[in-house]
Amino acid sequence: MSGSGPGLDRDGLDGDLRDLVEGTLDGQQLALSRLISHIEDRKPGYRAAMRAIYRESGDARIIGITGQPGAGKSTLVDKVVDRYREQGLTVGVIAVDPSSPYSGGSVLGDRIRQTSRSEDPEVFFRSMSSRGQGGGLAAATFDVIHAMDAFGKDVVLIETVGAGQNEVDIVSVAETVCVVTIPGAGDDIQANKAGILEIADVFAVNKADLDGAHTTRKELLQMIRIGNDLDDSDERRWMPPIELTTATRGEGVDELLEAFDDHYEFLTDTGRLSEERAARFRQELRTHVDAELSALVDRLVAARAPDHEDGDPHTGAEAVLAPLRAAVEAELDGD
Amino acid sequence: MSTRRDTDIDSIEGADTVRVLVGKPGLDGHDRGAKVVARAFRDAGFEVIYSGLRNSPEAIVQTAIQEDVDVVGLSILSGAHDTLVPKTMELLEDAGMTDVLFLVGGTIPDADAKELREQGVDRVFGPDTDINDIVDYVRREVLE
Repeated sequence: MSGSGPGLDRDGLDGDLRDLVEGTLDGQQLALSRLISHIEDRKPGYRAAMRAIYRESGDARIIGITGQPGAGKSTLVDKVVDRYREQGLTVGVIAVDPSSPYSGGSVLGDRIRQTSRSEDPEVFFRSMSSRGQGGGLAAATFDVIHAMDAFGKDVVLIETVGAGQNEVDIVSVAETVCVVTIPGAGDDIQANKAGILEIADVFAVNKADLDGAHTTRKELLQMIRIGNDLDDSDERRWMPPIELTTATRGEGVDELLEAFDDHYEFLTDTGRLSEERAARFRQELRTHVDAELSALVDRLVAARAPDHEDGDPHTGAEAVLAPLRAAVEAELDGD
Repeated sequence: MSTRRDTDIDSIEGADTVRVLVGKPGLDGHDRGAKVVARAFRDAGFEVIYSGLRNSPEAIVQTAIQEDVDVVGLSILSGAHDTLVPKTMELLEDAGMTDVLFLVGGTIPDADAKELREQGVDRVFGPDTDINDIVDYVRREVLE
């Protein structure tokens, strides 16, 4: 991908937007920042911009960090960023916070914990809110990952609260997903295991200076083993390591980074990295289709849905869907 | 199979979102006012980036750039506004962020407020300000 393109695709990129894309590829922070706003707001031309950006992306390592509110994700991210910088790597961070369902506004406070590298220009930190738009958030987040990648970041971290399918979807596109939990929270994980256990490549039991850290580790280990025993394929498996961390003191962070590296090595050694990337491509494509489709359906519903006194909801839904069905049949006819 | 590639239809188009940085530069630890303002902005539908306490002007400007904010609001109760504000404005200008709405709130004597205005601060809000006036002012300046 990187370096393979013949330069920028100028089609559909007007002057200002082209400047933002070129500035981003040139490593200018303000250009990247404004480009992110443009693609986040879905302003005209964002697809052409993303086409140019996508071609230059694909080199960054993408790591997702998720977990329940209060688990200490932000502090842990701060320390992870700090260690990557010590290794000489440049880092992008995307912190996703829910927005108020009432006003659509939000207070994005993840930066409060980002004290280690708050003046370091090699760390680009961006807060995003969900803006109440279901799949739209995931779609925009994927685009922001590519933008930071094309900008030249070696590592891109995505931080989300692990509540709700939407946020699990976002973080699951990462090559390595770290689920952060705290002592005593084993039951919560158990209750959520369908979502959380499946996506975890590495566990961090944070606030490990509190009582019960080792018990929680043991509980997690059992859950992983049960899941593993049920899987009878012959493929070489990845057993998610469980690291004890105390982010406030920076303890266990080196080991956590080693676990990320081990997982990345596993992905490359087994050829799963390209599988992961193919899966990510499909998931991204699907997310964009869903977001666009939802907008199209909104228009159809507004124009074609019958009044509630004129029939039942199923018949109304069929009326709305009829033109879509016809178009799909015509498109796939003969495939 | 259709081979059409329709790139110019943007069926999903977002509106402009107002993004505001609420920052506390310097050493004072009183952030009640900043938090009340941040909450009011949120309730008005803005996206508020709250920086936390004791930021350097450098960190505030880095945040303003990376978050692409429309508004920078500094809350200062330490009396150090006459050094923190010009420094922050200078760094913003160096970074090329010249179109941002710049607000200061806190315990600023009238004479100093006048001076800050002359240096380019758009508005200075004192302790007796009605919170709705701040929200209305921002909405008017950014969206209209």
